[in-house]
Amino acid sequence: MMSTTKPAPGKPRARPSFYFRYLVEPYLYISPAFVLIALVMLVPLVIGVSYAFQSVSLLRPFETGWVGTENFQALWTDRKFWLALKNTFWWTLGSIFFQFFLGLGLALLLNTHFYGKRLVQALVFLPWAVPTFLSALTWAWLFNPTIGPLPHWLAALGILSEPYNILGDPDLAMWGPITANVWFGIPFFAITLLAALQSIPGELYEAAEIDGATAWQSFTKITLPFLAPMIAITVMLRTIWIANFADLIFVMTGGGPANSTQILSTYIFTTAFRKLDFGYASAIAVALLVLLLIYAVILLVLRRRLVKI
Amino acid sequence: MSALRKSSPLAVTGKYLALAFYLTFALFPLYWLAKIAVTPDKLIFSEGTAMVPSSFTFENFRTVLIATDFLSYFKNSLIVSLGTAAITTCVAAAAGYAFSRFDFRGKRLVIALMLITQMFPLLMIIAPIYKIVAAVGLLNSLTSLIIVYTAFNVPFATFLMQSFFDGIPKDLEEAGMIDGCTRFEALRKIILPLTLPGLGATLGFIFTAAWSELLFALMLINSNDTMTFPVGLLTFVSKFSVDWGQMMAAGVLALVPSCLFFIFIQRYLVQGLTSGAVKG
Amino acid sequence: MARIELQSIAKSYGSVEVLRDINLTIEDGEFIVLVGPSGCGKSTLLRMIAGLEPISGGEFTIDGRRMNEVPPRDRDMAMVFQSYALYPHMDVARNMGFSLEIRKAAAEDRQSKIQGAAKTLGLTGLKERLPKQLSGGQRQRVAMGRAIVRDPSAFLFDEPLSNLDAALRVEMRLEIARLHQRLEATMIYVTHDQVEALTLADRIVVLNGGDIQQVGTPLDLYERPANKFVAQFIGSPTMNVLRAEAKGDSIALSGGTRIQVEGDVPASGVSELGIRPEHIHVAGSEAAQFSGRAELVEHLGSDTNIHVQVDGIGPFLVREHGHVPVNTGDEVGLFIDPEKVHLFAEDGRSLR
Ligand SMILES: Nc1ncnc2c1ncn2[C@@H]1O[C@H](COP(=O)(O)OP(=O)(O)O)[C@@H](O)[C@H]1O
Ligand SMILES: [Mg+2]
Repeated sequence: MMSTTKPAPGKPRARPSFYFRYLVEPYLYISPAFVLIALVMLVPLVIGVSYAFQSVSLLRPFETGWVGTENFQALWTDRKFWLALKNTFWWTLGSIFFQFFLGLGLALLLNTHFYGKRLVQALVFLPWAVPTFLSALTWAWLFNPTIGPLPHWLAALGILSEPYNILGDPDLAMWGPITANVWFGIPFFAITLLAALQSIPGELYEAAEIDGATAWQSFTKITLPFLAPMIAITVMLRTIWIANFADLIFVMTGGGPANSTQILSTYIFTTAFRKLDFGYASAIAVALLVLLLIYAVILLVLRRRLVKI
Repeated sequence: MSALRKSSPLAVTGKYLALAFYLTFALFPLYWLAKIAVTPDKLIFSEGTAMVPSSFTFENFRTVLIATDFLSYFKNSLIVSLGTAAITTCVAAAAGYAFSRFDFRGKRLVIALMLITQMFPLLMIIAPIYKIVAAVGLLNSLTSLIIVYTAFNVPFATFLMQSFFDGIPKDLEEAGMIDGCTRFEALRKIILPLTLPGLGATLGFIFTAAWSELLFALMLINSNDTMTFPVGLLTFVSKFSVDWGQMMAAGVLALVPSCLFFIFIQRYLVQGLTSGAVKG
Repeated sequence: MARIELQSIAKSYGSVEVLRDINLTIEDGEFIVLVGPSGCGKSTLLRMIAGLEPISGGEFTIDGRRMNEVPPRDRDMAMVFQSYALYPHMDVARNMGFSLEIRKAAAEDRQSKIQGAAKTLGLTGLKERLPKQLSGGQRQRVAMGRAIVRDPSAFLFDEPLSNLDAALRVEMRLEIARLHQRLEATMIYVTHDQVEALTLADRIVVLNGGDIQQVGTPLDLYERPANKFVAQFIGSPTMNVLRAEAKGDSIALSGGTRIQVEGDVPASGVSELGIRPEHIHVAGSEAAQFSGRAELVEHLGSDTNIHVQVDGIGPFLVREHGHVPVNTGDEVGLFIDPEKVHLFAEDGRSLR
């Protein structure tokens, strides 16, 4: 049959050692990713941390050099920094609270049967695909009384005394970016929680139903425990992303009015981008990083306590 | 939750009301964007808050396409986003495959490093990146944006691809290897065709992310020739500070590619997360 | 054609030793079955032979040529997976011809081989179907077809029938036996089902806990098991094992009952007696060595299984040919065939 063309077993067609390949192959596959991440993220990260201890300002090019903790001392007495820290807290908390609960609600709805579900799902997830700068602009316009309806509605509801732009009101301005962020972020929670919901075996609900559980009982006894790990991880990741998320605020308010919407990440960006003071920007970034690390550790410890795995 | 449970009419009404709320909340801003884009200039303020304008025009789109640098921004963004998506997907597919199929020394370390990149503020590296990019003379070039975006997106894309590969039985490429393929041939001829939905979802996801990135583009690009969309549109804000119609028209045009991509991929995203990420 | 030799083969994952010192020679054209309980390392051994798993120690040769470092593609072996591993995006014909495609065989050569295999396996009408459009049995056939088409020097099977229903399993078992007769190729077949092993094998290799327990023909293993594990693993229903002691030229069971044994009885070291259910018989009171109460009687038509509780000795399974008029609750006298008694030492070794 084919015996004339078939090589005898064990006559390798000139190939490097099997073992060598077996050992080396995975490294070949990950090396592009690893090199990219190391060069573009990890190395700059180390440099960035080192900047925090230097004076690196493009506007004062002759005053570069190591300055020890000078940047941090300046930070400690910087009123803007403490204000930004407080704003970061409210911005993150407000955004994550509404994103999560509205996202969970949406995921639960999408996990039921109704007519036209596919279309509805594609449409409600759409805000996530809208480029951030565009979401920011759109919401800025919606809040603008000359071309947006929102101030008029709010006034009609009696929330505002007259239709004016809340983005210009230091007391209310933060609600603008938060609204935009909630709009943009609901789909993320809905998608991940929907995926988690769909992986809960249906028999569990049937069993609960046979056991006479009410809808609320099967939600708290089956759904929530199953979602808990996913909730813990997504809430943690999202919190960190939101705390770092400067685009929306930068476009909508630029941190104003009177720094009332200045959060740490926009402060970092404006310090680096407008003032070109990289040393100080890095010091703020390091402070933010430390805060987020503390947060992550607390959450991980809590998770270990609460979720028994 | 369960198809068996008899729902009361009240609950059903509540459910549809809730759905209507979500749909309105999601779509109204986009509707408003489109509405202003097709409103004739002279009606923009007089009918500024009317739900439906009394007449329509496509004049704004025409002006944006012909009289501004819009097309150049669009082209730049397309190059950057497609380039980023393509390179990221290839790099992430390779890494995701290694995570899914091999046990190797240092695997945990690499995964930990990738997780760390998801934790720290990206803005932290904006200054060093600016200096590095300036030092190698790549400021104002699309290449630098593609490289930077690719690196930013590789970790998440890798985890996504890994979950897709995890969904494909190992037996298949082993059968291929016994049938005479090298591992790489088996990957190319057997596994990749089966991962196409996953590759598509990853491509679309990265494309959307790259399409909307603003801050690094703002930092690394300041020449009009190489501006991407977000940067360009922000310059619109100052240039055309009064011409809402044109800005909105440009916005609508910017929205089209990423929304198309997203509608196409969102189903695979849920699937991919269901099969992979949840079981961890 | 292939004579496969394993010398001191070992496998460990990190510090976990999965296989130890495996020595085995497989003659050209032989049908070898690797059998053992789940987790004993059968698949691992097969996968090392296939080249899918690196060998941690020892030497593996085919026709005298060292194979340890040769990649799977160059070992000229075909494998049928438990999951079948059919390529979901290729139709039946392309699945079967894929190896030829990779080896760049001429188109007409490929077609005729696919056609030949399809005919042998009764797949002629299904060549354009995708795997998902096939039934379990048909997928199984395609997986076999994929192996046949290659005309390899050895076939490897990893529990190929375990995903089929009982009737189909018997049918495919016959088909594999027929295939072996026709192709006269070396076949290595992994299963945890001792019936498959007994019906298919030229020689059986019994594995347990990473060691070879015994290698032999089916009859060898049935009649002369090397130890208690093999004795109980091979044969269905399972052999009865009772505590026992040598007393001169007879064996004393724990209740004091004495059993005469044909031939020599080792003077010492006897710790247990083994007797297969088919070698105990229901006997009238004059021939009975002891008696007990029938707790459960299963009338299978061809056989009757009687579960007997004997005071002081324990539960027994007795299998009688044909129909035996015993009912649950009856007192039955039992007689052990003295020629068929097995004796085991404390460590499980067979003494006879
Ligand atoms: N990749 C692996 N890493 C660690 N242990 C493994 C791996 N693969 C298999 N094992 C262990 O090796 C033993 C033998 O497995 P296997 O050969 O699949 O058994 P079986 O006889 O059921 O086919 C099992 O105990 C299993 O847990
Ligand atoms: Mg197995």
